[in-house]
Amino acid sequence: MATQLIKGNSAVIIGALYAGCDCFFGYPITPASEILHEASTHFPKLGRKFVQAESEEAAINMVYGAAAAGHRTMTASSGPGISLKQEGISYLAGAELPSVIVDIMRAGPGLGNIGPEQGDYTQVVKGGGHGNFRNIVLAPNSVQEMCDMTIKAFELSFKYRNPAFVLADGVLGQMVEPLKFPENAVKPEPDTSWAVCGNAETRQNLVSSIFLDFDQLEEFNFQLQKKYELIKDKEVDYEEYHVEDASIVLVSYGISSRICRSAVDAARKEGLKVGLFRPKTLFPFPEDELKKIADSHECTFISVEMSNGQMKEDIIMATRFTRPVELVNRMGGNLVTLDEVMDCIYKVAGKEE
Amino acid sequence: MAEKVLKRPDSMYAEFTRKGGAAPTATHYCPGCGHGIIHKLIAEAMDELEIQDRSVMISPVGCAVFAYYYFDCGNLQVAHGRAPAVGTGMSRARDDSIVMAYQGDGDLASIGLNETIQAANRGEKIAVFFVNNTVYGMTGGQMAPTTMIGEKTVTCPEGRCAEEAGYPLHMAELLNELKAPVFIERVSVSDISHIRKAKKAVKKALQVQKEGKGYAFVEFLAACPTNLRQSSEQSIRFINEEVEKEFPLKNFRNLSEQVHPIVRGKSDYSKEALDNIFDLEHDSSMDSMDIPDFDQIGVKIAGFGGQGVLSMGLILARAACDEQLHVSWYPSYGPEQRGGTSNCSVIISGSSIGSPVVYQPDILVAFNRPSLEKFAKDVKKDGVIIYDSTVGDCDTIVPEGITSISVPATRIAMEAGSKKGANTAMLGVMLAIGRTRLSDDAFNRAIEETFAHKPKLISLNQKILNDATEWTKSNVE
Repeated sequence: MATQLIKGNSAVIIGALYAGCDCFFGYPITPASEILHEASTHFPKLGRKFVQAESEEAAINMVYGAAAAGHRTMTASSGPGISLKQEGISYLAGAELPSVIVDIMRAGPGLGNIGPEQGDYTQVVKGGGHGNFRNIVLAPNSVQEMCDMTIKAFELSFKYRNPAFVLADGVLGQMVEPLKFPENAVKPEPDTSWAVCGNAETRQNLVSSIFLDFDQLEEFNFQLQKKYELIKDKEVDYEEYHVEDASIVLVSYGISSRICRSAVDAARKEGLKVGLFRPKTLFPFPEDELKKIADSHECTFISVEMSNGQMKEDIIMATRFTRPVELVNRMGGNLVTLDEVMDCIYKVAGKEE
Repeated sequence: MAEKVLKRPDSMYAEFTRKGGAAPTATHYCPGCGHGIIHKLIAEAMDELEIQDRSVMISPVGCAVFAYYYFDCGNLQVAHGRAPAVGTGMSRARDDSIVMAYQGDGDLASIGLNETIQAANRGEKIAVFFVNNTVYGMTGGQMAPTTMIGEKTVTCPEGRCAEEAGYPLHMAELLNELKAPVFIERVSVSDISHIRKAKKAVKKALQVQKEGKGYAFVEFLAACPTNLRQSSEQSIRFINEEVEKEFPLKNFRNLSEQVHPIVRGKSDYSKEALDNIFDLEHDSSMDSMDIPDFDQIGVKIAGFGGQGVLSMGLILARAACDEQLHVSWYPSYGPEQRGGTSNCSVIISGSSIGSPVVYQPDILVAFNRPSLEKFAKDVKKDGVIIYDSTVGDCDTIVPEGITSISVPATRIAMEAGSKKGANTAMLGVMLAIGRTRLSDDAFNRAIEETFAHKPKLISLNQKILNDATEWTKSNVE
């Protein structure tokens, strides 16, 4: 067991290396660049492959190439870069290629600024590129989880042959915390049943997303949806904090969820029954779990996010309009503050009295 | 002779089952199209060089989108224009593979121009086969980047006009400006004598790949009778008499004898190697523990970039980490680091930490006046402000009732041996006033760890730390 103080962006690369990722392709962008820097430092030391690509499109297509070879490969960027990568992500999903994409979200739209935000929720969680596909999306809220969820993203992307995202924000990328290093190092082997490795064994394999025949493409789309249903069934992950008796349930992911945890502690000290529900997977979104809470007792949900209520919509859908869902949000690079969350708690608690 | 010419190369499927339909040996290409000829040349060269098993063909978007119907080797189908990027990924992952990107003029010279040039410039181990028929085929006869001046297409019905649409792009010439490519040649497949020469170029390009020497590019002038509305005689005449004038046939470069194979290392997946690069054996702290009576302390450190603001925060964080406390460090980042002001938040706590951003510091360390002005008003009522004495008179800035200490940090550091250690002097004051509840030992160890790779700086900084502690004892009540 070893622990070091590590930056969130560096923790991503530590996770990737221990997960057996041997091909990194990226393009610089604040606040994700340290991921690229760390990869450029460490990958070559281990004979692993690093290319600073000419563009985000090129980076994601290099990922497509290495993924087609069955290797563990990844890229990392921030909002504007993720927008550019969406073409390639759609192709990865269409060709069912495993790959990991890290998004260190910054404030938008357009060039916006480099401050932290969670405004990429919709473009990442709902698919983003053309066609009927979904990404697996993991949402860390600590440096430890930046590492651990990168490892998990590789596991899930290979298990389901699907692109997997680690969706974090500028704060998680830039902050430093103690990191427990992984205890295992993965030595992956390409799955020769589908990968194209440039050898006799895989000569008959084809990686493609073309289906000229409408019915065949429709059938493939239905198969994809079945896969997503299976992922929804098996891979939902979340954390509850004092939710059981809570009349106010904060719902929050990523850095915002840590502020919410402080808010729960503060509110409980004042005798207010407040809890926190933190989705650790955003796709699959913990719909049933939220519905269960909504059904189990009278409560108000508060979506706390650094975006324009993008996750709030999913909470409303999950709880089927049965409970009120309030919103506390900041945008533009600002963090939600403890005071803002507390104000909303007081407001809701006041209403209930 | 006739028997030999008609022989099907092994690297091409006998029946095109991926195509489907009633005619499994017919291609999907139009009569008179150049693709079929080029496919066959490539497959023959793969046979002759015995590289079929190692080969990966990348099908583009365009008429050759279905190249994987025909080539009996590993096949990838990719997005429009991205073949060289995908090829880069494949080639890097599989050093032994022989990667071919097969692209038309719209794909390679228009939407994929950047990928084309950059992969060539990196000298990727890819053979790029560029089919230039001066028109978009599959998409419906639109103007291509290689359409000739005056040539009519669907989107330049009056003929390409330079004032509106610029001039045909000369890809072989353009790539020949780069240093990295090993082999560049332009050939034609208009008729038998041209096809024979083309075959030689294809084989050389693949020989370069077989030897792992780098980037090879073959441009083919080819016919598209359908979209250019030509008979087969017209199309041959068009290529030989008009297109060749615009795009002269020649070998631009062949460095295959001069260059050495590029060998990319094998990936090391061992845990030992990983633990080693992160120095886990020597550099490791204990895990943090919950200490219920240790209340959270928020520290804000601010100054100009280059004053050691961020590194001071990290040393403090290390000291806390070594004491098994929960700790976080969060910097202002981006352009702020370069030139302007810089700050970081450090939180030390006996329990898990919420937001890592300190809005109301228990301790503010200000290296300059703007920082003091910006953050002094946020300091908690029982908080402490430590500022560099060079800031000057601060009575108007420090809010009433808040303890403030003016520290001659630069002087303490200079007297100890280096003015760069002003941040360590500030740490010494912080240690001496005891608000962080961290021990002398923790600070000293944090300095040792921080400068582990610059041993000379350990004793210097420890001296500064100690001097500043002594200064505080003598000067602060």
